[in-house]
Amino acid sequence: MNPLLITLQALLSHWRRHRLQFFSIFTGLWLATALWTGVQALNSQARADYARAAAVLTGPGQAQLLARDGERFEQALYLQLRRLGWQVSPLLEGRLRIAGAHPLTVRLIGIEPLSLPSTAAVAGIAIPAFDLQAFIDAPGQAWIGPDTLQQLGLNSHEQATSSDGQRLPPFVVQPQLAPGVIVLDIGHAQALLQAPGQVSRLLLAGESRPLPADIAQRLTLQTPGDDGDLQRLTDSFHLNLTALGLLAFVVGLFIAHAAIGLALEQRRGLIRNLRACGISLNTLLLSLTLELGVFAVLGGLAGVASGYGLAAALLPDVAASVRGLYGAQIAGQLSLPAGWWLAGVLVSILGALLAGVSSVLRAAHLPLLALAQAQAWRMAQGPWLRRQAMAAGLLLLVALGCWQWGNSLTSALILLATLLLAAALLLPALLDGALAWLARGCRGALAEWFIADSRQQLPALSLALMALLLALAASVGVGSMTEGFRKTFIGWLDQRLSADLYLTPQDTTQALQINAWLAQQAAVTVLPGWRAEIRLQQWPVQVQGIIDHPAYPARWPLLEQSPQAWAQLASGRGFMLSEQLARRLGLRLGDSLELASDTLTVVGIYADYGNPKGHLLVSAGWLRAHLPQATLSALSLNLAPERIAPLKAELQQRFALDDSRVVEQATLKRWSREIFNRTFAATTALNSLTLGVAGIALFISLLTLSQSRLGQLAPLWALGVRRRQLAWLSLGQTLLLSSLTVLLAVPLGLLLAWCLVAVVNVQAFGWRLPLHVFPAQLLHLAVLGLLTSLLASAWPLWQLARRQPSELLRQFADEA
Amino acid sequence: MKPSLYLLIGLLLLSACDQPAPAPKSFAGLGQDAAAFKQVTRNQPLVFPLDHAAHNGFRIEWWYVTANLTDRQGRDWGAQWTLFRSALRPGAETTGWNSPNLWLGHAALTGPGGHQSSETLARGGIGQAGVEARPFRAWINDWSLQGSDDTGRLQMSANGKGFNYTLNLVSTGPLVLHGAQGYSEKSGKGQASYYYSQPFYQVSGEVERYGQRLAVTGVAWLDREWSSQPLAPEQSGWDWFSLHLDSGAKLMLFRVREQQGAPYRAGTWISANGAAQALQGEQIQLRELAWSKQDNGRKVPTRWRVQVPEHGVDVQVDALEPKAWMQTRFPYWEGPVRFSGSVSGRGYLEMTGY
Repeated sequence: MNPLLITLQALLSHWRRHRLQFFSIFTGLWLATALWTGVQALNSQARADYARAAAVLTGPGQAQLLARDGERFEQALYLQLRRLGWQVSPLLEGRLRIAGAHPLTVRLIGIEPLSLPSTAAVAGIAIPAFDLQAFIDAPGQAWIGPDTLQQLGLNSHEQATSSDGQRLPPFVVQPQLAPGVIVLDIGHAQALLQAPGQVSRLLLAGESRPLPADIAQRLTLQTPGDDGDLQRLTDSFHLNLTALGLLAFVVGLFIAHAAIGLALEQRRGLIRNLRACGISLNTLLLSLTLELGVFAVLGGLAGVASGYGLAAALLPDVAASVRGLYGAQIAGQLSLPAGWWLAGVLVSILGALLAGVSSVLRAAHLPLLALAQAQAWRMAQGPWLRRQAMAAGLLLLVALGCWQWGNSLTSALILLATLLLAAALLLPALLDGALAWLARGCRGALAEWFIADSRQQLPALSLALMALLLALAASVGVGSMTEGFRKTFIGWLDQRLSADLYLTPQDTTQALQINAWLAQQAAVTVLPGWRAEIRLQQWPVQVQGIIDHPAYPARWPLLEQSPQAWAQLASGRGFMLSEQLARRLGLRLGDSLELASDTLTVVGIYADYGNPKGHLLVSAGWLRAHLPQATLSALSLNLAPERIAPLKAELQQRFALDDSRVVEQATLKRWSREIFNRTFAATTALNSLTLGVAGIALFISLLTLSQSRLGQLAPLWALGVRRRQLAWLSLGQTLLLSSLTVLLAVPLGLLLAWCLVAVVNVQAFGWRLPLHVFPAQLLHLAVLGLLTSLLASAWPLWQLARRQPSELLRQFADEA
Repeated sequence: MKPSLYLLIGLLLLSACDQPAPAPKSFAGLGQDAAAFKQVTRNQPLVFPLDHAAHNGFRIEWWYVTANLTDRQGRDWGAQWTLFRSALRPGAETTGWNSPNLWLGHAALTGPGGHQSSETLARGGIGQAGVEARPFRAWINDWSLQGSDDTGRLQMSANGKGFNYTLNLVSTGPLVLHGAQGYSEKSGKGQASYYYSQPFYQVSGEVERYGQRLAVTGVAWLDREWSSQPLAPEQSGWDWFSLHLDSGAKLMLFRVREQQGAPYRAGTWISANGAAQALQGEQIQLRELAWSKQDNGRKVPTRWRVQVPEHGVDVQVDALEPKAWMQTRFPYWEGPVRFSGSVSGRGYLEMTGY
């Protein structure tokens, strides 16, 4: 028989006797792969959807002409430019509410396929491949993504109706079309949006040249690359998810590493015998590697399958997060390329190699005739602990460097990673020190044994304890950050959303009409909000113009302000800006900024959580004078509570405003809170999963340990300690170690929370949150950590308590 | 006569395809509507200037000018200006995007060292393209063909990447009706169109290529045609000649190639004073002599022997630029030619389905 086969057979026979170990390695790899691939699936799905969103309309050159006032303009300008030889194509965009069982507001995009350059593509369909007759002619086509159709609860053959009773063209499902978008011919779009002869923008295919003077007064050229890029905006969010996934992956590998190491230790005798029987070292190493490969493939397959399930479960939350944070649409359904599955299995193999390579190397250096020296191996941990502590010190230096000099999200995440890893590496040394300190205070043989034996267990348990430390610290950190953010956000929201009714008129004309009508109503305070979109250092910025009204100083919370800030703003000399924008532009109080050929001074900085764009606050008078494209796009109303409902109804009826255009304060707050909660739902879920994985790691370590612990426990039993007492002692040891770990995890977690709010958030989102400590939450997590270790040790201890005296006796026979 | 355009337009509307595929499949979707379009009938007198304008109700229509030009150094140039109208459905023109009309423009400039072509599209109903009779004005985007009153004097301009031209056309002879008083048959099976020409234009103007502007003079030929019927399914392509004889006479010839059997041949002999005589079948002999490979690998006959024995015509026709390939959405070959033999002169050649 082939020596390789014999070796494999002999090695694999181990697992028949140690099914639990088999299960441990498998679980470790499985969980690691599952969490990692799950996060990757979420990220890749989201990125694919951003790409779809970007690819609604693609072509050479993305320059476009927009009206200076930011509103729609008449298509005569399109004709005029066409007659002058400009290669422009008209596009009408608008929001349309689709009626039905699941009403949904979609983004309607009306295109004109004949004037689009032949190199352009819409939803992945090249222009020359258009079925023009079907698209243009009555009844036309309404292109829709499969996910949007599903959201509407319609079949592709059903014809949808808008909320104002117009029929849409029949649907044509385009798999590549971004979610929440319907593309149709501009003629059909003008009818549905009730904008006859109107266009939103002109896409420019050819080279741009100076616009004729009369058109330049109306339109302005926007060059490509000016548009806020979803990919870039959302990068930080996905990097955060990736970091969490990586953490879970590392925790999973801890499990696999611990189990593989233990299996090797237990098979030292077997390996020695095989080598003595003439099996070459190479054959042996090959067999061990093959064995590892089998684990990797099994764990990988199971992991990828569960990862898919995990991603599918979390996707709606992630979709809500990016919609809330960035306004990006991603589908609620997973569709992953084949490569993703393969990558998942490869990750598992890589993980298995990482987890097992040290064991295989150790086997390679095993002296042929050395005895199994479990004790000696553990004794050798002393120098190992010192080396680990040194490595931890180096990592801490890196962390310090990142904190001091880093100014990117990556460096912020490296800070987190090095901090966590250093703490994990320091853990055994710290625990050992703590136990040594405890030992000095111990009196009595049993107590001294209790501590000494705990120290002796430390090397075997250290990896599981590290996993627990990491998971707990991450929980504390992320939990504090989320809770702190919630507290800050809700407080901010309550202050900021203080009007009773929020109106979004269709355009400035209507806004002015409504404003005039409201002025005639008694006891209604109206705060008009003028807005314009500009770019500052390539960053999209919303400029809001406000009137001089006491409501603002009362309700607009400022982080920092100059004396007389609101008066300076009203005078048109000062402006305020959001924290994110201030960081990006490097502006502080008292600094000045060139804006629309005027110079303004920063008089205040405010929080603007969740806004991916920059935000500027100026006086309405200044805005209308300097940025003529400003539109009156929002009206906030304050009135007596009992008049809210009747006024809302009258506004809706008089000005044909649907529910999305007249919103009550309570509704708006509820929406914001829902978005907030969903934003962190995925983070919280991943975090709890990581804690669960750490619990499993501890459980498996203890379980494997308990099988080799008989040798230590049997003498105690022989000396008269009862089995039940032994079990309690063991439980005490586990709890002692895990309590110490939990104690260390709390400050580490708080440090992590500080890093998250003061470093990572600033880099990722541009806002810094105050650090809140929630003692109840800490206690809750500490108890959860202890409970996890208690549960993890219950089963092995129950087994120990039930050990037959004969088994304990046999220990002495085997030792001989 | 430009039978190819039936197909070009049909394909433009219905699907994308690199080469003109057999027609019936393309038109299958229109089967029901086809009968509702106006039909071409015999003995329907053409009325001018009304018939210079668009014929809404017919499915397809075109305004087609080809000009043979010479610059001051005596070098030959060719310019093409084409506007196609194609209706998605029967009915009158309407205002707004729901107009049934789609418009397609092709322009080309052929000269020493090469051939350049360009294409532009527009929707009807919004004023982006159209044709009006009085004063005559045909336009699509920034290309135009417009006259003072009717088609007697025209200014023609178009442009594309690296070229443009502005030419003034003055007619020196009458309009010519092809076939039976403008009723022109396209096959032995009844396919027909209304077809007239103005072959007697004298041209002067300027062409510009890569920034170099040249004054040119020459002759031009306007073709006008409209119909609602596609070609017969087994007709695979066609070859069309418009020839200006040095004697002052003009000759229009075409043949529609059949997948099997002899091609359908027809033409018009136009004497120097504008008198037209319809030609058919054996009266016309066309033979390919040499083929040229186009950039896309297709081979197209660019040297021909053309015979009309009745009028003593036996000439060899040579393409000025063998690679006058129209690199448009639906590509075909169209370019200026010179001929010599029993009589010499210049003209234009169009070939499709290769």
